[in-house]
Amino acid sequence: MRGNAESHALVAPGSLAAVLDLLAAEQGAWMPIAGGTEIMVAHAAGRLKATKLVSLWGIADLRFIQASADGVAIGAGTTFIDLRCHAIVAEEFPLLAKASAWIGSIANQSRATLGGNLVNGSPAADSSPALLAYDAEIEMISVRGRRRVPYSAFHTGYKSNVLAPDELLYAVHLPRRFARHRQYLRKVGTRRAMAISKVALAATALLEYGVIREVRLGAASLAAYPARMPQTENALLGQCITKETIIAARETILAEAQPIDDIRSTAEYRQRVAANLLEEFLLEWSREEQRT
Amino acid sequence: MSAQWPAIRMTVNGESRTVQAPAMKRLLDVLREDLHLTGAKEGCGEGECGSCSVRMNGELVNSCLVPVLQAAGATIQTVEGLARNGVLHPLQEAFLQCGGAQCGICTPGMLMAAAQLIERNPHPSMAQIREGLAGNLCRCTGFMRIFASVIAATTQQPESAGEGASDAR
Repeated sequence: MRGNAESHALVAPGSLAAVLDLLAAEQGAWMPIAGGTEIMVAHAAGRLKATKLVSLWGIADLRFIQASADGVAIGAGTTFIDLRCHAIVAEEFPLLAKASAWIGSIANQSRATLGGNLVNGSPAADSSPALLAYDAEIEMISVRGRRRVPYSAFHTGYKSNVLAPDELLYAVHLPRRFARHRQYLRKVGTRRAMAISKVALAATALLEYGVIREVRLGAASLAAYPARMPQTENALLGQCITKETIIAARETILAEAQPIDDIRSTAEYRQRVAANLLEEFLLEWSREEQRT
Repeated sequence: MSAQWPAIRMTVNGESRTVQAPAMKRLLDVLREDLHLTGAKEGCGEGECGSCSVRMNGELVNSCLVPVLQAAGATIQTVEGLARNGVLHPLQEAFLQCGGAQCGICTPGMLMAAAQLIERNPHPSMAQIREGLAGNLCRCTGFMRIFASVIAATTQQPESAGEGASDAR
């Protein structure tokens, strides 16, 4: 059934401080809405439960990309158009630029925000695998102050996270230390555009004297929320990229991935594709190393 | 109309307009019902089909996903604002010449997405055109005539195509 605009209140206090005051005054009563690309879909379908919404759109304090010597801070209200057009993001965090460019359409990217993508917390979220691979940190803010958690500890279950009722996601912090890393990201969906992932896998990794010294794997749709694959990472650490290593890593990710059957795909397909993506990443990397 | 509804001012196709509407009413419905601008169409109502595309502060948006309160103070351009002083935009001319419009439901969205594209990139490649229009679905043309229209608009009149789009903001 179609949603009714009059059964939901929406206010736009206009500043970050005013939004935080509202969230603190009536804890749990207000749902933040940024670009609305998720919430307005639920509203149109008549399944938006929140009756009181507070707008974050247009709050300049949440829409920024700030680079310092060792990191880049991205405000939660930064849109995916902002991200894909930013020179430092494109150069040093190409996986995030790539993911930003394949989220929905241009019209979706103009409105959808990084913070919205993460707080919505879909297991298939497009920006998540790249952020996991880049070891992102999440900064949250409330009238009580600010705190940070590693992004890998932000999601706690299906569409749930560590945000307290009075907190907003404020910024995502990326360390600027991936220039020499091998980087990989591939999304498998039904079509090239406007498709939600069946599976996506991102990786950053470093080889030292022929041995894998660092590896981070970020996956979408392999668990109830976007997640690292620590067992598979451990199976790769300290190894040379050999056929045996690849076989062992495939077996580990097949066991570690816990996808589900749903309207977009099956658990079995997702597991097999995840193992294939991992193998593709490792084979491409190994070929590149042999060439140089 | 209710006294509780906020008064929301927007600049729509160059004119200052004020509407009183529920804050969560979709920009699409305000344009069509309150301002009688029926160019933007409702297709899917969930941001997948692009037929409600308009430009808000110079960016392409799905007007079905914008609560009108978030458009307060914004500059909105709809397909009705593409032609200037009775002269069609080069994209509109090209759609006519190349058969880019058939049933017409997707056309306003296609035109706005194409206008957004060529303002940023006056001479897009085929790949860039495909990407720029990716969220706009057409069930008549098979898309090729639409792509041909955009190419025609950007090659026949390369200067005026770019300027026309930015003038109309």
